[in-house]
Amino acid sequence: MSAIPIPYDILRLIWWALLGILLIGFAVLDGYDLGTAMLLPFVGNGDAERRQVRESIEPNWEGHQVWFILGGGASFAAWPLLYAASFSGFYLAMFLVLLALIIRPVGFTFRDKLPGHRWREFWDWGLAAGGFVASLVFGVAFGNLLLGVPFGFDNELRLTYTGNFIQLLNPFGLVAGILSVLMLAMHSGAWLALKTDGDVARRAGNTARVCAILGAIVFALAGWWVAKGIDGYMITGAISHAGPSNPLAKSVTRAAGAWLANYRTWPALVAAPVIGIAGALLVALIPAARIRKLTLLASGLAVAGIIATAGIALFPFLLPSSTHPEMSLTVWDASSSQATLFIMLLATVIFLPIVLAYTAFVLRVMHGKVRLADVASRESHY
Amino acid sequence: MIDPTVVDLSRLQFALTALYHFLFVPLTLGLSLLLAIMESVYVMTGRAIWREMTKFWGILFGINFAMGVATGITMEFQFGTNWAYYAQYVGDIFGAPLAIEGLMAFFLEASFVGLFFFGWDRLPRLGHLIVTWLVAIGANLSALWILIANAWMQNPVGATFNPATMRMELSSFYELLFNPVAQAKFVHTVSAGYVTGSIFVLSVSAFYLLRGWHLALARRSMTVAASFGLASALCVVVLGDESGYTANINQKMKIAGIEAMWRTEPAPASLTLIGFPDVAAHVTRDAISIPWVLGLIATRSIDQPVEGIDDLVREGRQHIEAGLAAYRALVALRQNPNDTAAKAELDKAGDDLGYALLLRRHTDNIADAIPAQIDQAANDLIPNVPVLFWAFRFMAGLGFYFILLFATAFTLASTRRLDKTWFLRIALYSLPLPWVAAELGWIVAEYGRQPWVVEGILPTFLGASSVPVGTVIASIAGFVLFYSGLAVTDVALMLRAIRRGPLLPQTESPI
Repeated sequence: MSAIPIPYDILRLIWWALLGILLIGFAVLDGYDLGTAMLLPFVGNGDAERRQVRESIEPNWEGHQVWFILGGGASFAAWPLLYAASFSGFYLAMFLVLLALIIRPVGFTFRDKLPGHRWREFWDWGLAAGGFVASLVFGVAFGNLLLGVPFGFDNELRLTYTGNFIQLLNPFGLVAGILSVLMLAMHSGAWLALKTDGDVARRAGNTARVCAILGAIVFALAGWWVAKGIDGYMITGAISHAGPSNPLAKSVTRAAGAWLANYRTWPALVAAPVIGIAGALLVALIPAARIRKLTLLASGLAVAGIIATAGIALFPFLLPSSTHPEMSLTVWDASSSQATLFIMLLATVIFLPIVLAYTAFVLRVMHGKVRLADVASRESHY
Repeated sequence: MIDPTVVDLSRLQFALTALYHFLFVPLTLGLSLLLAIMESVYVMTGRAIWREMTKFWGILFGINFAMGVATGITMEFQFGTNWAYYAQYVGDIFGAPLAIEGLMAFFLEASFVGLFFFGWDRLPRLGHLIVTWLVAIGANLSALWILIANAWMQNPVGATFNPATMRMELSSFYELLFNPVAQAKFVHTVSAGYVTGSIFVLSVSAFYLLRGWHLALARRSMTVAASFGLASALCVVVLGDESGYTANINQKMKIAGIEAMWRTEPAPASLTLIGFPDVAAHVTRDAISIPWVLGLIATRSIDQPVEGIDDLVREGRQHIEAGLAAYRALVALRQNPNDTAAKAELDKAGDDLGYALLLRRHTDNIADAIPAQIDQAANDLIPNVPVLFWAFRFMAGLGFYFILLFATAFTLASTRRLDKTWFLRIALYSLPLPWVAAELGWIVAEYGRQPWVVEGILPTFLGASSVPVGTVIASIAGFVLFYSGLAVTDVALMLRAIRRGPLLPQTESPI
């Protein structure tokens, strides 16, 4: 494959950004689906209200989930070392996420097929547990990225991970997990306030405001912890930005405050955490029952800002190794070949706008509130 | 260093979850297209019964679709969780079609499936029909990209080994995309899905006709299934034959295993219809053979031989020795990246590098392998012959049975005699058979590829993650429990939906 028109280092940067966009796309779109499932038994009382909650997301969540599937597929194609290391290293955590995600398609489809009260309670709580576990584990995993995880390679690049699942549940990891749960609860609260009416909308609006305030506090706390209490990673010496993807050819040190280096170098990037906090505060402050679309937008921005804050802090690291820092995976030595990155970029440039267009179309067809009165008067659509 | 128990358990888990996933995929492929056909008739004729049919089969489609999506996520996770070395060694090539599948196909299917269920009152007739077609097209495109990825594991074209990154890298996307194995596999697999969808509709309709329920819906559904099914069943067999031909070009051992052909036969080779493979003695006992046929299928000629297992093992031994030279050059290059002699050696013999990796099972230090270990590695190349031999024969037999079944249905439907009880009973009891055939097909395709995960490139046991045995046992136990519960629920809900039938009152009219 000759004459690839985009230089290798630029392609790597683009794919780092695209990975972030896919993650943010997942968190913003599927995030409110996960959060809605999580809030289902709490904001909906009785069968009709519960159905109202579920129907606010049922027509769309399946498409949104593909953001996650695609995130996995894109990291496989563009960052195979990251995909291999994170999925095998976080084996049991991934297995939990998998069960949490599997319960969604069957839960939504099966739940209304039988009338029994216990049957329906089972699926409602199953969906709620799925939403909670997935939100929590994603956050915990992200938190552990900032701490670094214990893995290394032999000289044929066979990876050995020496940690276990329990070690992921350390204090900082749990704080990140709680932040993730609060963030998605806020986001789905804003969604439900817009999409439903009556008591459900009122409870959801309150949930959004409470979670927004708590989320902003936890986010600030986590930021302070990263600045003061966690050693970041930095590459020492030269590393070729266009060299072969082999993570055994660099040196790395750990230093207090190193995760803030990018913010010191490019102060404008502070916009990310500012948007995270400001979005959450807006959700909390915008008066109830007013301009709910704006609330949803603010909460989406908060989610995006919070994720971007962590991603920027890590850059150029993708997965730091706590036991072998010099073997950490970075943007410069864990990517696919230049040819694959280029072809995948072409595919993305062609298809992602089409995806966005029909996602918008589907949301528009299903626009408008899911009203309690409508739901109560007819059977489930599935 | 590589724990063989972890490898075996990871293989078991992958086999179980993949076979389970493929219980739902073929029905999604076939039923989505049948829904689109039925709704097209509705939009063209305006007759409400066809809309009702689309909605009714749509409910069953929905239950099955949920299971397909749920179990499909597992597949994407497992390449990373259990096959990390595979993922890093070939992700540069294999990851691309998987990611494009998400981008181009699964997004389409998943975004519109919600509108299929929720959009009946929100979209104009034609708009809803387009949505249904997009779901069907998405499902079929999804199969295309997954099979391009799978075909690369069978016939790894367009890739070269890069010593600097210790992995395979893409050298030609065009070759990956237009892999002849991918084309043969795609048409064979999707038409098998259409057969599955058609038999499902045929059997459920036969059940209604036997009971005298929902006659208008059942008769029309049966007619659609009979004609679509006949065309599909013919495709499966004809294109399955094409798969055999392409497999013979680079997977000669798989063909030899399927045929239990221990020794090379003079051209044109005869096809063993039935017999009893004796693995210890390398002979097939009591064989009944048809002259010429295998030669025609596998080589499209009457003058080329089809190679037997013993000869292929001898050739494999030569590949291992060539691969050893490449491996030693690789070791030298790791110590001194500027060693030009080693670079030249690796360029020359690099295609056989994978064969040297087979030795890792018998020695930790490949470079110093002794001849006895090379012999052992060469013998590893023989797949499980009796399993392939029988799985293939049952699958092919079922393929011919489906043609007969649909031909009968088609004849009866065109002469308006679909209510013959004997036929309805046969149609009803044929329900599980397309699933049996599809699963056997995958067993032949994937078990027949062993010991390779990527033919000639990477042995299966090297591809596994280095994870603790206990973790894999935990996940297998979790899958068995969780999947069994889902299977029971799925079947119960399907049966209930079938017993309930279409929800709206309907008009009776003759076909």
